[in-house]
Amino acid sequence: MKRICKWGGIALIWAGAFFLLQALLVPKYMDGIPDGALVREYYRETTEHDVIFIGDCEVYENFSPVTLWENYGITSYVRGSPQQLIWHSYYTLKDTLERETPQAVVFNVLSMQYSEPQSEAYNRMALDDLPLSVNKIQAVLASKMEDETLLSYIFPLFRYHSRWSELTASDFRYLFYQDALSHNGFLMRADVRPVTTIPEPKKLANYQFADVCYEYLDKIRLLCEEEGVELILIKAPSLYPHWYEEWDRQMVDYAGEHGLTYINFLDRIDEVGLDFSTDTYDQGLHLNLSGAEKLSDYFGAILRDAGIPDRREDEALSAVWAEKCEAYHAQAEAQYAELAEKGYLTRATTPGSQIPAGE
Amino acid sequence: MLFTSFGFILFLAILFPLYYLVPKRLQWMLLLAASYVFYAFAGWGCLIFIAVTTVTCWYASLRMDRLQKRQSLYLKARKEALTSGEKKAYKAQVKRKKLGWFLAALLLNFGILAVLKYTNFAIVNLNAVSALFGGGQLQLVDLLLPMGISFYTFQTIGYVIDVYRGKYPPQESLPRFALFVSFFPQLVQGPISRYDDLAPHLLGEHPFDRRTVSFGLQRILWGYFKKMVVADRLLTAVTAIIGAPETYDGIFVLLGMFLYALELYADFTGGIDITIGIANTLGVPVKENFIRPYFSKNIEEYWRRWHITMGTWFRDYIFYPVSVSRPMLSISKKSRSLLGPELGKRVPVYLATLITWFATGIWHGASWNFIVWGLLNGVVIIISQECAPLYRRFHERFPKVGATFGWRLFQVVRTFWLMSALRSLDCYRDVPLTFSMVGTIFTRFSLTPLFDGSLLELGLGAGDWIVAGLGCLLILGVSLRQRRGSVREQLERSPAAARYAVAFGLTFAVLVFGAYGVGYDASQFIYNQF
Repeated sequence: MKRICKWGGIALIWAGAFFLLQALLVPKYMDGIPDGALVREYYRETTEHDVIFIGDCEVYENFSPVTLWENYGITSYVRGSPQQLIWHSYYTLKDTLERETPQAVVFNVLSMQYSEPQSEAYNRMALDDLPLSVNKIQAVLASKMEDETLLSYIFPLFRYHSRWSELTASDFRYLFYQDALSHNGFLMRADVRPVTTIPEPKKLANYQFADVCYEYLDKIRLLCEEEGVELILIKAPSLYPHWYEEWDRQMVDYAGEHGLTYINFLDRIDEVGLDFSTDTYDQGLHLNLSGAEKLSDYFGAILRDAGIPDRREDEALSAVWAEKCEAYHAQAEAQYAELAEKGYLTRATTPGSQIPAGE
Repeated sequence: MLFTSFGFILFLAILFPLYYLVPKRLQWMLLLAASYVFYAFAGWGCLIFIAVTTVTCWYASLRMDRLQKRQSLYLKARKEALTSGEKKAYKAQVKRKKLGWFLAALLLNFGILAVLKYTNFAIVNLNAVSALFGGGQLQLVDLLLPMGISFYTFQTIGYVIDVYRGKYPPQESLPRFALFVSFFPQLVQGPISRYDDLAPHLLGEHPFDRRTVSFGLQRILWGYFKKMVVADRLLTAVTAIIGAPETYDGIFVLLGMFLYALELYADFTGGIDITIGIANTLGVPVKENFIRPYFSKNIEEYWRRWHITMGTWFRDYIFYPVSVSRPMLSISKKSRSLLGPELGKRVPVYLATLITWFATGIWHGASWNFIVWGLLNGVVIIISQECAPLYRRFHERFPKVGATFGWRLFQVVRTFWLMSALRSLDCYRDVPLTFSMVGTIFTRFSLTPLFDGSLLELGLGAGDWIVAGLGCLLILGVSLRQRRGSVREQLERSPAAARYAVAFGLTFAVLVFGAYGVGYDASQFIYNQF
């Protein structure tokens, strides 16, 4: 018994030290790239949502859940991450549906163009903060690049150990708790960088989406069917990377074949009221706050027509969302004030915070 | 499967408990299976070569032993009936047959090694000669070089020679012999074990012993620290220096020599620590391969303390047989009559030394830099032997000097730099380039680059230099402690808190500062390529 206690104690101390070191060394994304913090913030949610957005930066920069709440009483969350590939989306959705059952899932189809893992960094941002489960293991196995290991996703210390020489005060400050950076998964950017030119689209050798992408799209559809959730396919109104007509036709066909709603917002820019001289912060790649609010308001009407209820009568929910709205407007005000004073956003323009074109 | 891979750690994590859970009489079988699984990760093709070496050496040894036994029985049965001449003739006949099996095993296995390892080297040299005379050029061939082939071939040939010499009887069981050849921890980079040292432990039964296992695990951990925290970190700077000789000359060449000496030591001894640690954890003692070689006071001592099992292999199976071979005895006779008894008797020894070092050089790699490196080692040993009387006279004249710490330190530093300079042939891998780069130490020497931030352009940040420096200091400290006996035994006598602090410290140092994972090239042990 004494021996068991002794070895148990040693194991406990060792594990404690291991997890403390791990917590210190993993990136917290509190400076520079807030996009990496998005996945973990979902797990702090205390209430369920009627609408879940799934996808890449075209959802988490373009749809504002607070606007949906304020204008339509729709509760929503954006489960996005940078360059979220379709298998990331599937496993993220699976994880979400194990925790709650929304009425609708909105999936941005940009990732249909990628048939292979693209980057370790984006894999990390999509998967690191998924809680350990069979689902996470499957997600890692589906996503990992050749030189990545499953073990390093289970114990991220094995990946981030070399950050010891890059540690900053922020790593210690946010060791145990990180501030929320998003508003229900929406990353706010109030600055404006109007569209001047749009890069000419490159001709592709093959416009056909890969089988693997259809395979995961089928999985997403079937998962939604099993859970009784309506799946809505969208293409956000980002002007580039270019969304080809050939791609669009395939999505139209797929939606038609399976009785799904597919909305290409690129065709509805005027209806939405988007003005790319004021509604984008990076020349048409992503919408800024005003653009996201316009798009959310427009989409809210569609969701309402689809039968998503108004929850504003629910007092408990309203109290929760009141806090969210307050934080949202406070940040919006702070950003507008900073823009008025400096002409740019300090944090948003930190080198490295810009996700490269194409994601 | 790299020793430093997660896969290998998992492999050990499965093997260790299983080894002590299976019935003890089955432990060696489990080790054999594990060794072949380990080797299969290097490629299925490699398995064929190790299997051929195993079967041929096992069979040839058995045949030699049968012949010997048959001879004894035959002569015993006809003790009275045969004349002395008939007995001699019979013995000569048996000896010839034995020699036939012996040579067959030797030629086949050295032949495999030679073809796989040296064919392209031969082609390159033939092409160079052919080009001089305007001849045609041969194409290089793409041959598989099985992992650790030099190590397991030498270990197995050593066994065949010992059986031929009647040192011990051969192993009757092929699977048991296969374990001796393929014992996985030492397949990668040795040590080159002797059958009579290793096999009894390898094939014996091993009950779980907490102390042995604990010592083994500690040694593994220490090996990982040396390899992953120190060696692989220094590798970055060494690669930067030798990769750009046009940029890094003068003081950088000297720095490169120094860093490579540290890297190679940490890499090779780290690998051996892991090997011995794994074997110890399995209850199998394996011969030490290093005894603080950088504390050696001369080159001969250095080679008695560095890669000991390779040195003793070349000594026992090449140097001694060559020294007493018929041609050498005849050279000895002639040289004595030509040069006098003193110098004359040294000529065959020196010749055998050069032959041994030529073999050592070419064993390390199929290229001229290794051959020149080997021969230069031999030359330096010969020169130091020739200078011995000079040193003797110096010490007779100044008897107190030899006993001082300063003199010993001078000897150690001199030997270290001499070996480091020779080893630069291993760094640049090109003989003329090596000589010209070493020359720049004298022609373009300047200390400025050490202080102008150039060190931070070698791929290591300030933090990395500090970690590598502290790691080297720790290795030095442990080496100094080793002079008082086993460090693990010393640690065992210290308070529990200190023991656990060391174990925790080393583990987390490897986990955090180790060069592994994405962003690092999984680097093989340097000696694995030999």
